[in-house]
Amino acid sequence: MSTQPVTEAELQAYVDGQLPAARAAEVAQHLAQHEEDAQRVAAYRRQNETLRTAYDPLLAAAVPARLRPGTPRGWWAPVQPLLRHYAIAAALTAVSGIAGWHMHATVAGERIQTVYLARVAAVAHAVYSPEVRHPVEVGADQEEHLVRWLSKRLGAGLKIPHLAAQGYALVGGRLLPGERGPAAQFMYQDMKGQRLTLYVRVSKEAREQTAFRFAQENKVGVFYWLDGRLGYALSGETDRAELLRVADAVYRQLNP
Amino acid sequence: MNRPAADVFAAQAMQYIPRLRRYARALTGDASAADDLVQDALERALVKRSLWREGTDLRAWLFTVMHNVFVNQVRSAAVSRTVQLDDAMADRPQPQSTDRLEIRDLDAALQALPEEQRAVVLLVGLEQMTYDEAARVLEVPIGTVMSRLSRGRERLRRLMQGLPETVPLKVVK
Repeated sequence: MSTQPVTEAELQAYVDGQLPAARAAEVAQHLAQHEEDAQRVAAYRRQNETLRTAYDPLLAAAVPARLRPGTPRGWWAPVQPLLRHYAIAAALTAVSGIAGWHMHATVAGERIQTVYLARVAAVAHAVYSPEVRHPVEVGADQEEHLVRWLSKRLGAGLKIPHLAAQGYALVGGRLLPGERGPAAQFMYQDMKGQRLTLYVRVSKEAREQTAFRFAQENKVGVFYWLDGRLGYALSGETDRAELLRVADAVYRQLNP
Repeated sequence: MNRPAADVFAAQAMQYIPRLRRYARALTGDASAADDLVQDALERALVKRSLWREGTDLRAWLFTVMHNVFVNQVRSAAVSRTVQLDDAMADRPQPQSTDRLEIRDLDAALQALPEEQRAVVLLVGLEQMTYDEAARVLEVPIGTVMSRLSRGRERLRRLMQGLPETVPLKVVK
């Protein structure tokens, strides 16, 4: 074989998945013949995994008050007066790319979180709804298991709305990483294959109920609302009236 | 003038706070020192926000600001917090197979690395930056990133596995 010798930098890049596929294959061959390098690569990969196991919980942990908005002497204290009322609208639009939403919450941080709900739900919809082979982790045929599993992971009793009357069948659901912990996504599909997803996340503290709010993220429309500890977002690439009709049905089933 | 409004900037920066905290925790080895570092970095970033160009990668810029704050803190510390390798590991139990022990050992072993190696190992391994991004955050050439990464990982491996101190590595190209 006449491949280029493998450099130390390439071994590192192999560990991090930063090599082009063709070269990665050559490095894999090299490793098959060089036990010592193979052991190092395995150890370095293990390091990466352990790093994430050790420190990833911080991504889901509550941010301490001094690093959050709404704190009298926090890092953005000079900004604080601006965060009141609608001045923040511009900021949030810039953050989220979401236009056309309304807000009535009183605390800036809460507003931001609520907008994030719509944002992450829209992104999750855009990622998973086009999936042909693996749209969900657990299919509708195991609905009971699905609801038990996700309720356990989110730490709240979830209910899966049935939308047959609206023309949508349950496809199944999956667990997702949310801003502050696990979140759930349920997927529905109509006869034409048009998909809607219902994103659910749980907060530590109960928040007040909110009215439906609407957000449009590129082609994905989102109706979202808060209900006690639970936040819901229904996303779909359908027109707003249709989405509202389904959101309304979801809400009624969850609050009989 | 390109200075973004403070509230726009603050709201955008907010989404990266969990990542900054994760990195700072691993970098400093201490939860409250980490949050101090994040807070100092955010304050500085807010003041210096005109240096960030809207539309460019805010995450990378915030990490750069935090890295500079960290380096200044380390330099100005009366006593360097870098522990001697042997001292740090001397009375540690040998690594065992459970995750918890491994994590604790990792935390200690990281602190035994020189800061510049620790930063690269974390930006790449934990923050999953490309080498190019890490080079920009640390404001060093990419070759420097690669050699620090290589040395840092090998040192970490030896510490974690209780192997003897470094052997010379191959030349990094």
